[in-house]
Amino acid sequence: MTIFLAVVRMRSQSLMAELVGNYAYGERSCPSDATDVSGVASEAGKADGVKKLLVADDASLDGLLPERVAPVILASQKQFNFTHIVGPSTAFAKNVLPRVAAKLDVSPISDVLDIKSEDTFVRPIYAGNAIQTLQTSDAVKILTVRASSFDAVGTSGSATPESAPKAEGVKLDISTYVKSEISKSERPDLSSAKKVISGGRGMKSGDNFKMLYDLADKLGAAVGASRAAVDAGFVSNDLQVGQTGKIVAPDLYVAIGISGAIQHLAGMKDSKTIVAINKDAEAPIFQVADIGLVADLFQAVPEMLEKIDKFKSK
Amino acid sequence: MSLRILVGCKRVIDYAVKVRVKPDHSGVVTQGVKHSLNPFDEIAVEEAVRLKEKKHASEIIAVSCGPAACQETLRTALAMGADKAIHVEVSEAEYATLQPVHVSKILAKLAERTQANLILVGKQAIDDDLNQTAQMTAGVLDWPQGTFVSQVEPEGDSLKIVREVDGGLEHIKVKLPAVVSADLRLNEPRYATLPNIMKAKKKPMEKLSAKDLGVDIAARIKVVNVAEPPVREAGAKVENVDELLGKLKDLGRI
Repeated sequence: MTIFLAVVRMRSQSLMAELVGNYAYGERSCPSDATDVSGVASEAGKADGVKKLLVADDASLDGLLPERVAPVILASQKQFNFTHIVGPSTAFAKNVLPRVAAKLDVSPISDVLDIKSEDTFVRPIYAGNAIQTLQTSDAVKILTVRASSFDAVGTSGSATPESAPKAEGVKLDISTYVKSEISKSERPDLSSAKKVISGGRGMKSGDNFKMLYDLADKLGAAVGASRAAVDAGFVSNDLQVGQTGKIVAPDLYVAIGISGAIQHLAGMKDSKTIVAINKDAEAPIFQVADIGLVADLFQAVPEMLEKIDKFKSK
Repeated sequence: MSLRILVGCKRVIDYAVKVRVKPDHSGVVTQGVKHSLNPFDEIAVEEAVRLKEKKHASEIIAVSCGPAACQETLRTALAMGADKAIHVEVSEAEYATLQPVHVSKILAKLAERTQANLILVGKQAIDDDLNQTAQMTAGVLDWPQGTFVSQVEPEGDSLKIVREVDGGLEHIKVKLPAVVSADLRLNEPRYATLPNIMKAKKKPMEKLSAKDLGVDIAARIKVVNVAEPPVREAGAKVENVDELLGKLKDLGRI
């Protein structure tokens, strides 16, 4: 098992944006259950702006445990003295990068929305209800960036993979990867989907989510959920959209039977078009929805399923 | 192995409050606003108490860093079942730039001082939304970390852990001493009952400063500006499904 690290020395602001894109790109093409790094590495090498591609290919990295991945990043840092170490705001990078930061005595910056200069960054606080601009005085800047706030880069690069420096002082006995239970789905990945259909408590049961899957399949959309739907056991937690789940910003977000609590809005209010279907006309979701339909979802969704093909072909 | 648990408790603006940005853009209004124990830390405290109820843990020490009002937060943790509390007092001014880089060092020093072998914290605080403290504390101590945890079970000198990751769940095993951060689905925190709230008033609370622990809390960041997020234009309601689909078609979304 393997991990790849794509790191670029940053000299200018424009390069930073590229770097951010590269990471968003790299992550998408690097599933954590990949067994061979060469495919991932060659794909990452094609990302525009990548000047150097370091590959750590070691069986001990199976499962990408932070106790083993962080030393690889630290060894690379020691050799190349990067000014910035960047990862996407995914479960993997959120797990590893703060550990790296502690080792370098750096205050990391999470979930960056915008890069103002080499040391000034913009990020959301209070579930996205305030936007903070901060300047860091640390010598090395360690960031996780919100992928939905940056465009993915092109794929005409040609960096050649080379071996990452050997990690030092790795304690193999303190943590063990056992297994993953990954929900398999044919639908697009929630975080990067162009369209998302989400259900909430109003769906009443897990079985009723079938309507949303059908609608999603007709639209080529991913399916998401509110915390209430996850807590009620309708769907698995990796579908949760919100402050503590996934942050999405698709072209179209359809919220069905979701009231629109602050914590849910934090995860989807940057979507381009928001549609809400709810029988409660006072639900807060209507305050952010571009198109709202006050209706019983158990009538509206089947009707949409029936009529959508006709509209699509118009 | 019997656990001695250090549990992190942050005082934050209550999750149900709609925060307001200060007119001078220096931060959000905190004065006169309802505060409570960070919901993820509440889950961490609950898990510590459950581990003690199952006889896996011998002592639970709740810790909070911040101004004097943090003592109320610690009393909540004590009322839920923590045995004692440590308040690391940080002035209001210093608190404004206190970051996980500082808190992790404080927790590491306290782990040493209290001989804790498990540090439990929430996965993130709902005010700064950073999601860093557990990982950084583990880094400082060179202990293994189990983050975003939805299940934890002691087994010999290790913990069997289930983590919430993108795409599903992950099972790992970490050797004690370790740092664990609680995700939402780890448990359902209990309410503190009135008798327990009364009892909590008698439980010991130690007061320390960052200086006592030899931790430098000098600012690493400068807050340049705090602004309101962009406001969305109010949308329109449609009457029926046909109108809804028609609008989506016009917008090119279907």
